[in-house]
Amino acid sequence: MSAFLFVPSLCRAALPLTLCCCVVVFCTSHHRSDNKVTVNFINRDGDRITVKGSPGESLLDVVINEDLDFDGFGACEGTLACSTCHLIFDEEMYKKLGPVTDEEMDMLDLAYGLTDTSRLGCQICLSKSLEGMVARVPESVADIRQTKDAEVVSFYKH
Amino acid sequence: MLHLVSGQALFSSCSPKVCVVGSGPGGFYTAQHLIKARPDVELDIYERLPVPFGLVRFGVAPDHPEVKNVINTFTQTAKHSRCNFYGNVNVGRDVTINELKEAYHAVVLSYGAEGNRTMGVPGEDLAGVYAAKDFVGWYNGLPNCRELNPDLSCETAVILGQGNVALDVARILLAPISMLKSTDITQPALEALAQSQVRRVLIVGRRGPLQIACTIKEIREMVNLPGTKPEMLPADFEGISEVLKDVPRPRKRLTELMLKTALETPGEKELERRKSASRSWGFRFFRSPVEVLAEPRTNKTSAIRLAVNRLEGSGADAQAVLTGEVEDVTCGLVISSIGYRSLLIDPGLPFDSRKAIIPNSMGRIQHTPGVYCSGWVKTGPTGVIATTMNNSFDTARSMMEDMDSGALDVSAVKSGSQSITALLRGRGVKPVTFADWEKIDSVETKKGEAEGKPREKLLSVEEMLQVAQT
Repeated sequence: MSAFLFVPSLCRAALPLTLCCCVVVFCTSHHRSDNKVTVNFINRDGDRITVKGSPGESLLDVVINEDLDFDGFGACEGTLACSTCHLIFDEEMYKKLGPVTDEEMDMLDLAYGLTDTSRLGCQICLSKSLEGMVARVPESVADIRQTKDAEVVSFYKH
Repeated sequence: MLHLVSGQALFSSCSPKVCVVGSGPGGFYTAQHLIKARPDVELDIYERLPVPFGLVRFGVAPDHPEVKNVINTFTQTAKHSRCNFYGNVNVGRDVTINELKEAYHAVVLSYGAEGNRTMGVPGEDLAGVYAAKDFVGWYNGLPNCRELNPDLSCETAVILGQGNVALDVARILLAPISMLKSTDITQPALEALAQSQVRRVLIVGRRGPLQIACTIKEIREMVNLPGTKPEMLPADFEGISEVLKDVPRPRKRLTELMLKTALETPGEKELERRKSASRSWGFRFFRSPVEVLAEPRTNKTSAIRLAVNRLEGSGADAQAVLTGEVEDVTCGLVISSIGYRSLLIDPGLPFDSRKAIIPNSMGRIQHTPGVYCSGWVKTGPTGVIATTMNNSFDTARSMMEDMDSGALDVSAVKSGSQSITALLRGRGVKPVTFADWEKIDSVETKKGEAEGKPREKLLSVEEMLQVAQT
């Protein structure tokens, strides 16, 4: 979607109209150029794209701000209403990313090609400790809520 | 590009001209992909209603506003210099597919699924029985559904089907009015729901808990819905937890949430909450509709007769098999949520009436070169916006492949919207432009502001046209 101008926004998760106690992720941006965090994205063609983001920005913010051209990424604009900002990390980095809320997990569960080290990019906030992180954009952003055929495939495979 | 042909100068436009029929996610995502991928494509989107966005506007539940954020990206596409929106144009009636084929290098059909799968049981036409599509259309302001006037004076509602649409309907029926009144639900629906006497909603499926089609977010919303308590049958869940360890995480988490809700003894706080809840909801499994029964000598629904099933096989392939037993459930409202269905808008097109889709290969309509399809009319009426997005991108890619290979000839001069709008003018049809829609958008938003809602939708085509075209 790089042909279109997106207004970078404060990343926020939709406040659920529920009684359950969820951790709501608020990312705030600190725009200090000396404080940048390097992020490496591996796109669907296998190319590595290295950019910098500011601590507090979400990975979705980085993709938007840096005009990275991942088809269909971030359809719901960071409100935990889709799974199109699905990213895959290596084991070590995944552990550094911290706990996953039920709310994120519920949407992540619908992501195509879900792995044990998958996260939603709109919920990952940058910090210096994540310097040099590598995030892979997986194939096809189709949500699992589709045809019966996909259900059969996804039911039986990890 | 300038051609000189026997001394005459002819300007030919090299730009491929494509038209898209339908302005929901199917249409817009296809348009978006094409405009981005080829700097020369000119695109016209035709839409039957004066307003764009299809099911994003008329299908997504009012209390799920974040899901509607895709409207922002569609708006950007519509306002792109190489894209034009023409609302209030009924393809099939105001202009034919053949006329579009004449005027454009390629036509994309993305008109979705506006019909219903029917239960096909006696009593389906009784008062009190509605298709979920129409009920959803009613609370979402679809002009065709504004006269629905569903009777909400009964205590129990039975919903057939357990997909996300069924869960949306259950949630809207039972949600506290305080929650609904700050959404874009229509005012008449809000008033009707405020008077509603429905206190209990059963969501019924043919098969078992492991086959339920809805997703965990929607179940969690029901579990946490203020003022309500769950009412499940523990017997429905026998043997379920034993098979869970081998099941992939998404299905496992969803089933565990149901098991917890159905079987676990709640803690003190939850017990208190349930005690003070005045409304209840529950899943019922292994039941298929057989007949809707009426009160004697009336046309009003009084109960639904359900056949009892057992499962043969397991997992996603499990089949529901009749046992011969039946069960009657007292209710005054029956909502069948067993699937939308695409219709055929032009007899010249191929149509698979069993699957209710246009037969196609990767979006290329069979036996119909130059005509493509995307969205639900291509794949059938399941999936969320992101699913449709992918399917639309695939169709766009197929078209681009065809342009590159020459299978789709874009060298001929085509008149595009020039000839179509002239044709429409001659037929007394006045298209609504995107700028016209923005007038409607502005009126709806202003009306909504006055009521603390994101918008108050205009409910009739007449009102929409009045605002758009004066």
